[in-house]
Amino acid sequence: MTHDSRLTTYSPPRDGFITHIGRRSLETFRAVADVPTWSPLLVGQMRRLGVDSVPIALFIAVFTGIVLSLLSSYIFTGAVPLYFVGALVGKTVMMELGPVLTGMALAGRVGASIAAELGTMKVTEQVDALETLAYDRNAYLVVPRVLAATLMFPVVTAFAMAVGVTSGWITAVNLLDLSTPEFFKGLRMFYQFKDIWFGLVKSASFGAAVALMGCLQGLDSKSGAQGVGQSTTRAVVLGCEAILVLDAFWALVLL
Amino acid sequence: MIELDGLTKSFGAQRVLDGLSLDVPDGRNTVVIGYSGSGKSVTLKCIVGLIEPDGGRVLVDGGVVGEMSREELAELRGRIGYVFQFAALFDSMTVAENIALGLARRGHDRSTIARRIEESLAVVELPGTGDRYPAELSGGMRKRVGIARAIALKPRYILYDEPTSGLDPVTSAVMDQLMVRTRDLGVTGLVVTHDMRSAFRVGDRIAMLYEGRIRQVGTRAEIQASDDPVVRQFIEGRPGQMAAAAPRRAPG
Repeated sequence: MTHDSRLTTYSPPRDGFITHIGRRSLETFRAVADVPTWSPLLVGQMRRLGVDSVPIALFIAVFTGIVLSLLSSYIFTGAVPLYFVGALVGKTVMMELGPVLTGMALAGRVGASIAAELGTMKVTEQVDALETLAYDRNAYLVVPRVLAATLMFPVVTAFAMAVGVTSGWITAVNLLDLSTPEFFKGLRMFYQFKDIWFGLVKSASFGAAVALMGCLQGLDSKSGAQGVGQSTTRAVVLGCEAILVLDAFWALVLL
Repeated sequence: MIELDGLTKSFGAQRVLDGLSLDVPDGRNTVVIGYSGSGKSVTLKCIVGLIEPDGGRVLVDGGVVGEMSREELAELRGRIGYVFQFAALFDSMTVAENIALGLARRGHDRSTIARRIEESLAVVELPGTGDRYPAELSGGMRKRVGIARAIALKPRYILYDEPTSGLDPVTSAVMDQLMVRTRDLGVTGLVVTHDMRSAFRVGDRIAMLYEGRIRQVGTRAEIQASDDPVVRQFIEGRPGQMAAAAPRRAPG
């Protein structure tokens, strides 16, 4: 009987970092089969990790749209027709800044929240208690959070995309010498459906990575408030790094 | 019956358990005494598979814990209740939800769960507290809820980790009564503690864990009459050779 095939056993990190992450990810993947445990918790996590994150994502999207609009106007003036502002705002918000900035914001909010919660549960033996009640810690704690983030990051990102483009349009109409038809002419000119799904696929992978880092760091917390604090910090840093790595990965694979 | 056979466990360079062997007979309370950090909690966690020993075997009803499949380990945990040192209640859940969680896992219907919650809270003399959150309870009440959560599952065994630590003498006596009452209901108890008053009140058999192995095991009377200097020093609480007797500190 190998260690990994056991239901749950206390297993402090003793492998290399990548091996440890890989092993724990595999354990999480196996726990997906325990549907009766995680399914009742999924909707609550989707609300908590997704719906409650909408305000911060929209706040960022509004200002991203404004800045992009002004910046592209500044770059294009005298060289490129101004209706290209619509193209740049649309492409950039949908393909890059919408998913990445939303992911970064949620890495802070969601990743930190998950790591702090699970870390506190770990150091107060609540995770052990869960296991003595015959629950699989991965099925109960990790799977619903990772699935919820994977499903909800694209939804939040979709709202952020819409709001980012809208704020760019309003900025262009009110602060630049650009009409609504001109803005949308530029927006449509280079638009492809791939722009949207590319951004949404990326954001789903960001959600999975951020939630997984939060869960793994939380469950690896050392004793005490300092240990939980360190785990929380690591979760946010690793979540942000994972987003940048995945961003490059998807650009290489899908573009 | 729980059998511990030559358990060894190290954390880094520290050898916490060093060939611990102990039988926990059915229907009685066995108390393991020992210094703080001597590996008592580690021993309990080895029994339910929360910690994997480096060597030796844990047998519960003849089954070797380290060789169990996921399903077998889950089934084993259904037979063992665990009362944590600091209760380890789920702080985002009410008392009733804490107790219901294990029952729901075992597939009980709502009416059975509600009945078991009432029954177990009545046993620990906390009726009507089901809607309260752990943060609203005192330390002693939280520990009693921990016992209620364990006995609601009608386990064959209950493992108690320092059940009276940090409690006032009266609340400690209440906890002791609960452990005796639970034994009288037919549940086998394994209690780890360094509270000698509690050990003598609760224990049918008492074992002293020292330097990673059992130093002496016997009935209450045998331990009280022990002429082993280490045991005597511990039960009498004399400082004396404390440095020599100092435990190798274990996590948990």
